[in-house]
Amino acid sequence: MLPEIVAQNTSASQSVPWWKFFYDFSLLTQPVDVWLKGSVSPFWSTVIEMAIVGVLFLLFYAVVGLFLVYAERKVCAFIQNRLGPNRIGPFGIFQTVADLIKLLFKELIPIKNADSFLFNLAPFIVIIVNFMVLAAIPFSKGLHAIDFNIGIFYVIAVSSMSVVGVLLAGWSSNSKYSLIGAMRSGAQIVSYELSIGLAIITIVILAGSMQLSEIIEAQRTGWFIFKGHIPALIAFVIYIISSTAETNRGPFDMAEAESELTAGYHTEYSGIRFAFFYLAEYINMFIVASIAATLFLGGWMPFHVGSWDGFNRIMDFIPPFIWYIGKTFFIIWIIMLFKWTFPRLRIDQLLTLEWKYLLPINLLNVLIMAFIVLMGWHF
Amino acid sequence: MISNQIMFILFSAMIIVFSILTVTSRKILRAAVYLLFVLVSTSGLYFMLDYQFLAAVQLTLYAGGIVVLIIFSILLTSHISQKFEPTGIMKSVFSAIASIAGAILAIITILDYNFSATAQAAKEVDMRLIGNSLLSVDYDGYILPFEVISVLLLAAMIAAIVIAKRGGPEKSELPTLKQE
Repeated sequence: MLPEIVAQNTSASQSVPWWKFFYDFSLLTQPVDVWLKGSVSPFWSTVIEMAIVGVLFLLFYAVVGLFLVYAERKVCAFIQNRLGPNRIGPFGIFQTVADLIKLLFKELIPIKNADSFLFNLAPFIVIIVNFMVLAAIPFSKGLHAIDFNIGIFYVIAVSSMSVVGVLLAGWSSNSKYSLIGAMRSGAQIVSYELSIGLAIITIVILAGSMQLSEIIEAQRTGWFIFKGHIPALIAFVIYIISSTAETNRGPFDMAEAESELTAGYHTEYSGIRFAFFYLAEYINMFIVASIAATLFLGGWMPFHVGSWDGFNRIMDFIPPFIWYIGKTFFIIWIIMLFKWTFPRLRIDQLLTLEWKYLLPINLLNVLIMAFIVLMGWHF
Repeated sequence: MISNQIMFILFSAMIIVFSILTVTSRKILRAAVYLLFVLVSTSGLYFMLDYQFLAAVQLTLYAGGIVVLIIFSILLTSHISQKFEPTGIMKSVFSAIASIAGAILAIITILDYNFSATAQAAKEVDMRLIGNSLLSVDYDGYILPFEVISVLLLAAMIAAIVIAKRGGPEKSELPTLKQE
């Protein structure tokens, strides 16, 4: 297979043609690493590498966030039979950049009687949690900042902290809308985390590992959604539902239901702090979509079918990064369709859905998956 | 190893400073947030030890579970303008003495213990290893505590449901909102 051929060439990294970087990014990163380690002390090479990775993540964060806001407006316009943003740049592609510049220039309005320390801290907690999760996501072959042996558990652990930012924002704004929004969002995130965790456990049982690189490697002969057939499909549906709820998006967006709560927990925020929350929401959506793509649809692994070597080889010609982006945006598109087609649920309906339907189905599903793996009934 | 030392000093300084702030802050939600910082820095120490499983457990259970629960109950019960009264001098002096004595005791114990340095590489703790020893009945297996804790958790969950249901149907009709 092509990636293996590429891997054999690693020793002769100087003579690798540029297009091979797209198949294995370690060809690009390894010479840089070797060069840095050779020219400066290990301490400074670590610091410089961390700085490079940090800057790359910052750029990625901004670009993806802005693009997702634009994509959401276009998808929304398409569903509502409108044109959407179309004035700034071709197809209005620079509309969100202009919006961001506008937000940067806006005044940060101080809130009377607010707890200013917590009020300023809350957006940063949400953003920092986002970055910590992004660090563990495998974007492509060799493009993976940290590969823990508990990868997926780390993702669950860190993302469980993002609710703290939302709760703090709601409480410290000293506003009733914000407080109600934060309480709703807290109840919602804490309950739906359970479903996400159990859906992920279903796949961990099938993969036999928590390391994200191993999970992807195990999908070389077929994606888990096909390999694990019925229970994997159920887990996928549950994951998509509960991740939509966890990111506070419609039809589960009671935390910021604009018709009842103006904007929920970030009602009192203005200017760039509001933009932080707004961007974090979209990056959260990107994160849950890429986790779904990694666990169920093979991450950057091309579409392989068992032992069809010729077919697999053709699929390998499409770079892994394209596969990853394609799958992630496919899931983002599904989540966006949810928001613009379903009516908003009430809070009690939402909790009923989680605790009376999703959770029992999920527990049963984990058992079925364990049984199927035990009997070897998966592909 | 200088980067390791820098990170260790950073994490320990954060733990010490935020622990003190947790007990001295007069606003209850700020105290909870300082506690969150203490717990997150502790998990940073575990990450430095390459024991990622414990670090992730620390993050899920303490930072994402218990602190969220504490913050949630604060949100339900307290108002933003509430402040604790400043504690009396005698009270703070005595609690300072108690905590300093405890710290000195712990430090003496740690310094007394003869840690032997090894040249072995750090052992990678695999998830399979943890799972196997949790469910093993051998000498170093943890099946009994695992089962006991499971039963305890089940009992706690059932108890929570029983309390939340609060009695029979005739009681539950009383405290309803009048919609007029």
